[in-house]
Amino acid sequence: MDTHKGVLVCGEMAEGRLAPITIELLGIGRKLSDQLGETLSILLMGSKTGSLGQEAIAYGADKVYVAEDGLLDHYNSDAYTQVAANLCLKVLPSIMLLGHTDIGCDLAPRLNGRLGGGLSMDCLSLSIDPTTQLLLATRPVFGGNAHATVVSRSARPQMATIRPKIVPPAVRNESRQGEVIPVEDKLDPSAIKVKVVDRIKEEVEGVKLEDAEVVVSGGRGIGSAQNFGMLRELARVLGGAVGGTRPACDEGWVPASAQVGQSGKVVSPKLYIAVALSGAMSHIAGCLGSKYIVAINKDKEANIFNVAHFGIVADYKEVLPALTAKLKELLSA
Amino acid sequence: MHTIVCVKQVPDPEIPPAKFKIDPEAKKVIPPPGVPPVISVYDERAVEAACRLKDKHKGKITVISMGTGKVSDVVRHALSMGADEGFVLEDEAFENLDSFGTAYVLGKAIQKIGGYDLVLCGRQAADWGAGQVGSILAEMLGIPVITLACGIEVVEKNIRVKRIVKDGYEVLEAPMPSVVTVSSEIGLPRLPAGMSLMLARKKQIPVWKAKDIGADLSELDRTKAHTEITGLSVPTRKTECEIVTGNTPNEAAVNLALKLSKLI
Ligand SMILES: Cc1cc2nc3c(=O)[nH]c(=O)nc-3n(C[C@H](O)[C@H](O)[C@H](O)COP(=O)(O)OP(=O)(O)OC[C@H]3O[C@@H](n4cnc5c(N)ncnc54)[C@H](O)[C@@H]3O)c2cc1C
Repeated sequence: MDTHKGVLVCGEMAEGRLAPITIELLGIGRKLSDQLGETLSILLMGSKTGSLGQEAIAYGADKVYVAEDGLLDHYNSDAYTQVAANLCLKVLPSIMLLGHTDIGCDLAPRLNGRLGGGLSMDCLSLSIDPTTQLLLATRPVFGGNAHATVVSRSARPQMATIRPKIVPPAVRNESRQGEVIPVEDKLDPSAIKVKVVDRIKEEVEGVKLEDAEVVVSGGRGIGSAQNFGMLRELARVLGGAVGGTRPACDEGWVPASAQVGQSGKVVSPKLYIAVALSGAMSHIAGCLGSKYIVAINKDKEANIFNVAHFGIVADYKEVLPALTAKLKELLSA
Repeated sequence: MHTIVCVKQVPDPEIPPAKFKIDPEAKKVIPPPGVPPVISVYDERAVEAACRLKDKHKGKITVISMGTGKVSDVVRHALSMGADEGFVLEDEAFENLDSFGTAYVLGKAIQKIGGYDLVLCGRQAADWGAGQVGSILAEMLGIPVITLACGIEVVEKNIRVKRIVKDGYEVLEAPMPSVVTVSSEIGLPRLPAGMSLMLARKKQIPVWKAKDIGADLSELDRTKAHTEITGLSVPTRKTECEIVTGNTPNEAAVNLALKLSKLI
C-alpha cells in the first residue's frame, strides 16, 4: 500500500484551544510517524482556528490542514465527514487517528464507511508491527473481558479512535517547524442532511464527576433512588461526586450522565468507592485510573475485589452510615 | 411508518468475569456452557425504541438478524416485544464477517424488504462491539445517520433524535429514511406480554441465504480485507485487596474510615 503514506490526526477544538485528546493524539501520532519515517499531519475543522495551527506544530505536527467554514463551527456529522473524507482522498494517509469522543465516535465509522478503510474503535494502545509496518490496534471486546489486536492488511486508511487519557499529552516545543495549509475546497451545503436543532448542556450540581477527587459509585445492589441518598451523603462529606453503574442509571436512581464505564464516563479520582456493584469489566474500564479503589459488597467473590485496594464484605446499609459518620468526625478534626 | 431493526445474538455478557474464557489460538471466545445467548443489550433497546414509535404513530416493525444457530430466538424475542415480522440471515458466506461485511448483508436484506422510513441498530454489539455497523450501513444505503440516540420522535417527515454527548445531549433532525443507532439511555426495554407474546410464538421466521437477498459472494469476500483480528487475550489485573474487618459491619466501617482518612 505504497500509495498511502503518513499519519493524519483528526483534531478537535474546545473553547478556542486544542482539545486535550488532540494533544494526546499528536503525541501518539508523532511516535508512529517517526517509527515509519513519515510525516504527521493534523486536520483542524472550525469556523475560526486562529493560531491553533501553530499550536499543533508545537505539539508535534509537520503539516496542519485548516478547514474554516461557518458550517463547521460546531460538530455536524455530514459536514465534518465531507471535509475529512475529501482531505483523506487528497492526502491519502496510511494511518488516521481520532479521539474516542462525542465527535470521534460518530465521525470515525462514517468516514470509514465512505473511505473503505479499516477501523478499530476505543483503542487502548497502538503500535507498528516491525516486520510488516502495519498498525496494530488493541481494543477491548466482550465488554472489556478481553482485548483484541486488530490489523488492516490492505484497506486504507488504517483508522483508530483512541480512548482519552490513556497517554500523557504531547510535550510542547515552540521551536518546532511546520506548515499550515488551508483546505480550499468549499463545503457543499446540500450534502448536509442532518440539522442540529439544539444543544442542551445538563448542569450538574456540585463537583463534576470527571474532575472529582473522590467518586462514590453505586450499583444495582443499592436498590432504590432513595438509598442513593446514603452515597450522596458520603460524597458530600468527602467533597466528591456520585456515579453509578449502567443498571443504576437504567433504573433512574442516578442520572444517565453519571454512568461510569466503557460506555459512560472515565474517571480517575484519588479515591473511588464502589458500593453494591459487582465490578463488570465494562464498568471497571471507567475507574481503573483511580489511585485507590474501595469495594463494599456483600458477595466476597464479586469481581470488584480483584481490582480494589480495600474492601468490606457486608451489606452496604450496615456500613455506609458508620463510614460517613466516622469520616466526617476525622476530617473535621 | 415502517421501521426495520437490526438485532444480533451474543453470548450473555452478564456472566462473571471469572467465567469468561477464550481460545487465544483460534482467537475466539468460548461461550460459557449452559448459559443461553441473548439479544445484544443495545439492540434490545433499539427494538424498544421502535415499539414506542409504533405505540404513537402505528405502522410496522420488521426485525432482521444475521448469524448462525438459534438466531431466530432473538428475532422471536423482538416479535414478542411488539415487532410484526422477522427474518434470519444465515449462510456460510456470512460467517466471520467484520463491520463492512455485516453492513453489506444487512443492507442487501433491507433493500429487499424495501419501503422503510427508519433503520435502527444498537450503538455497538455487546460482544465484539466494533461500533460501526450502523454508520457503514447508512453510507452503503446512501441515507443519513444519527448515532447514540437517547430519544427518537417523528416530526412531520423528519426524524428528531436526542443524541447523547458527554455533558448533555444534542437535538438533531434528519429526513426519513435514516439510520439511527440507539444507546442504553433511551430506557429499559418492555417485558414481552399479552397479545404480542402469544402471536410471536406462532409466527414464521423465514431464513434468507445469500442468494435470497442478492448478496454477491465475491463482494462479500472483499469486505474481509478491512480488518482482521490477529490477537486475543484476557487482561490480567489483580490488586492485593485488604479486606477490612471488625466484630460488626459497623466496626469494619470505622476501621475503614481510619485508613481512608490517611489517604485523602
Ligand atoms: C458493551 C457494553 C458496555 C457496557 N458499558 C457499561 C458501562 O459503561 N458502565 C457500567 O456500569 N456497565 C456497563 N455495561 C454493563 C455491565 O456489563 C454490567 O451489566 C453492569 O456494570 C453491572 O452493574 P452492577 O454491578 O450495578 O450490577 P450487578 O452486576 O447486578 O451487581 C450488583 C452487586 O451488588 C451486590 N449487592 C447487592 N445487594 C447488596 C447489598 N445490600 N450490600 C452490598 N452489596 C450488595 C451484589 O453482590 C452484586 O455484586 C456494559 C455492558 C456491555 C455489554
